[in-house]
Amino acid sequence: MDLFCKFCNSLQKPLLDYYKFFGIERKLGLDPTDLQQRFYKLSRLLHPDRYMRRTNREQEYSLEATAILNDAYRTLRDPVARAEYLLKQNGFENDEPRSKNVDPDLLEEVFELNMALEELRSGDDSARPQLEVARDKFTGMRSEMDRDLQDLFEEYDSTQSVEVLQRIRVLLDRRRYIQNLVAEVDRELAG
Amino acid sequence: MSVFQIDFGRPQSSRVVGIDLGTTNSLVAYMDASAPKVIADADGERILPSVVSYAGDGRIVVGREALGRLITDPENTVYSVKRLMGRGGADVADELKLFPFRVAGDSESVIRLQLGDRSLTPPEISARILRQLRQNAEAALGEPVNRAVVTVPAYFNDAQRQATKDAGRIAGLEVLRLVNEPTAAALAYGLDKRNQGIVAVYDFGGGTFDISILKLQAGIFEVLATNGDTHLGGDDIDNLLLRIALEDIENEWGDDLSGHPGAVQLLRRSVIKAKEELSYATRTRIEFAYGGKQYQRELTRALFDQLITPIVERTLAPCRDCLADAGVPVEEIDEVVLVGGSTRIPLVRTAVETLFRARPHTELNPDEVVALGAAVQGAILAGDVEDQLLLDVTPLSLGIETMGGVVSKLIPRNSTIPASATEHFTTAVDGQTNVLIHVVQGERELVKDCRSLARFDLKGIEPMPAGLARIEVRFLIDANGILSVSAKDLRTGKTQEVEVKPSYGLTDNQVEAMIRDSIEMAEDDFMDRQVREARVEADSILHAVEKAKASEAYRRITNRERDRIEDAINQLTLAYHGDDHLLIRAKIDELNNVTMHLAETMMNSAVSNALKGTKI
Repeated sequence: MDLFCKFCNSLQKPLLDYYKFFGIERKLGLDPTDLQQRFYKLSRLLHPDRYMRRTNREQEYSLEATAILNDAYRTLRDPVARAEYLLKQNGFENDEPRSKNVDPDLLEEVFELNMALEELRSGDDSARPQLEVARDKFTGMRSEMDRDLQDLFEEYDSTQSVEVLQRIRVLLDRRRYIQNLVAEVDRELAG
Repeated sequence: MSVFQIDFGRPQSSRVVGIDLGTTNSLVAYMDASAPKVIADADGERILPSVVSYAGDGRIVVGREALGRLITDPENTVYSVKRLMGRGGADVADELKLFPFRVAGDSESVIRLQLGDRSLTPPEISARILRQLRQNAEAALGEPVNRAVVTVPAYFNDAQRQATKDAGRIAGLEVLRLVNEPTAAALAYGLDKRNQGIVAVYDFGGGTFDISILKLQAGIFEVLATNGDTHLGGDDIDNLLLRIALEDIENEWGDDLSGHPGAVQLLRRSVIKAKEELSYATRTRIEFAYGGKQYQRELTRALFDQLITPIVERTLAPCRDCLADAGVPVEEIDEVVLVGGSTRIPLVRTAVETLFRARPHTELNPDEVVALGAAVQGAILAGDVEDQLLLDVTPLSLGIETMGGVVSKLIPRNSTIPASATEHFTTAVDGQTNVLIHVVQGERELVKDCRSLARFDLKGIEPMPAGLARIEVRFLIDANGILSVSAKDLRTGKTQEVEVKPSYGLTDNQVEAMIRDSIEMAEDDFMDRQVREARVEADSILHAVEKAKASEAYRRITNRERDRIEDAINQLTLAYHGDDHLLIRAKIDELNNVTMHLAETMMNSAVSNALKGTKI
């Protein structure tokens, strides 16, 4: 690790790469316990609370480094955020329209769902059971996608293949679409 | 950004005190060799009521004395000022109706209270409380105190945190860290020493409610999630009872007392007393006398519980949301800690026990536990405690306004702080030289439903075709939960100037002006005291000389001496009515000098008189 100067042991300007920051291999499958232990250890080393009596420059670096550490931990511990991060580093952008990579069959179902949502919003509670069924279905689809994602993670970690990343990209786009639907239905059902 | 340093020419102490700046009460604590301790004032009082009164003679009183003035001078006595911190006039319009004090004209972005002939902001008023605590600490510790950890409700937004920090600066304190109150309480309990596990801290105080869920492991206090309501507390219970009593009285007496601030404060005191008694007794009376009339009403615990149930229930939804955000099922909560005076209410305890299915910790005084935790954090910052570390979170998501008034989230709520986000901006029109950015805090999707934090202008962009400019903006939330913004032009690599205009709060220049004012005022106060003391001394010498003029010795001194004495008396009398204490002292010295011989003569005659009547 190059967090500190080899000679004077003062804190250095932080690294920007999340994986390098944590000192771990660039893999999609991570051990959450190991990640957390590293996070705690790095926090003890870098946190601004530890630099109150040090130079202004070190205090500034400590703030920067801890912010990056926390951003990195927030990203790497969540499988979806982690995959998005790795995809972005490999040149896959995610600012595509919402419905990209979505099956036409699904789009039809979503059309019906939107009608039901509209009924509920206009005060028609009879749409409620239909929405509950839809929510369960989409939640189920999301869980299935999460399992597929785990498989793809393993496949990528053993092959490091760009083609696998492409499949992950497609899966994540679909997942985001489903996720938005689940959130919307949840919000409407909660009133 | 400039930092205004206050230098009273005193040595920098290494000690960092912990301050709980509460809605109702405030405390200061420090870390003793082994444990945190609350510092009492000269009278042995550990709790300072958060009340500030601006008396007509320019005197400012804080705490217990100000509490009495709530009744005698309610218009100029401020309580619960914390509820006004970091807020705009429109936010608290409803609440202000219940307050006896008046809001001054321009209160849109910062509330100003009209107190006598002064118009003051909440940070300036809070600074008075902080200054008093600081003085108490200095008196007790016998050393200057200029660095502190100050606690804030976990659910305080950026503006409320900034206002608290401003108050510290105005009071001449360097606020090294703002710590969230529930987190401080967890630190005070030192729960990490006993075990590792998941702890819920339920903090129901005078004006705010917080819930935090923490994971403890080997000295690390990691906040997993926090939630709350910065406008929910014991005050709401008081106001509820107050409204009922006012209605009762109107029915019984035919008088509406709500327009009489002194009466309302007196009645408020009675309902608070009844509320507090119901924490121990199952029935009590609200008793109140005003204008020769009596009001009495019996209040049972059962009825009280029924009345406050909606308020207690308002604390439960944030608890459930917090559990969900923490990703912790309720069965995994190992311990619950209660903080804040309102947790003495039996119904509140039952509700917490039922929700978390755990018997809450109450070993530490719920009024003191936050200040004690702040002192522990102070010791961590001073380097005196090395094994513990707090990892806190930001309570609210940070976002920016995008097309159509929609919020684009940059840093989600419950992110560990410090946290940052980077966003790229470009121009929409050919030749555009600036980009306006609006930063908001909150969970809703539309800007209008979130809290506006600040607007800033990215200026000085080189004119070029639309979409070519590339400005990188970095949003950084520091360990206090306060936002800062920096920008870089990626084409030139130049750092951009970012002038942030807070939506609710004081600008840096305003705070600096207040610091100057407060120093001048402190100087004024100091000068006043000097003049008063000099006059007291002048009184006593003038009185003594006047008495001496009637003595036999006065007749024995020369005419010239008598003239010089008369002259000195006149000069001192003139100086006496001025406000130059140095001149008064100079004239006192002069009068002392010219009466020296008179005094000797008097002394001698006194001695010889004494000898006359005595046989040696």
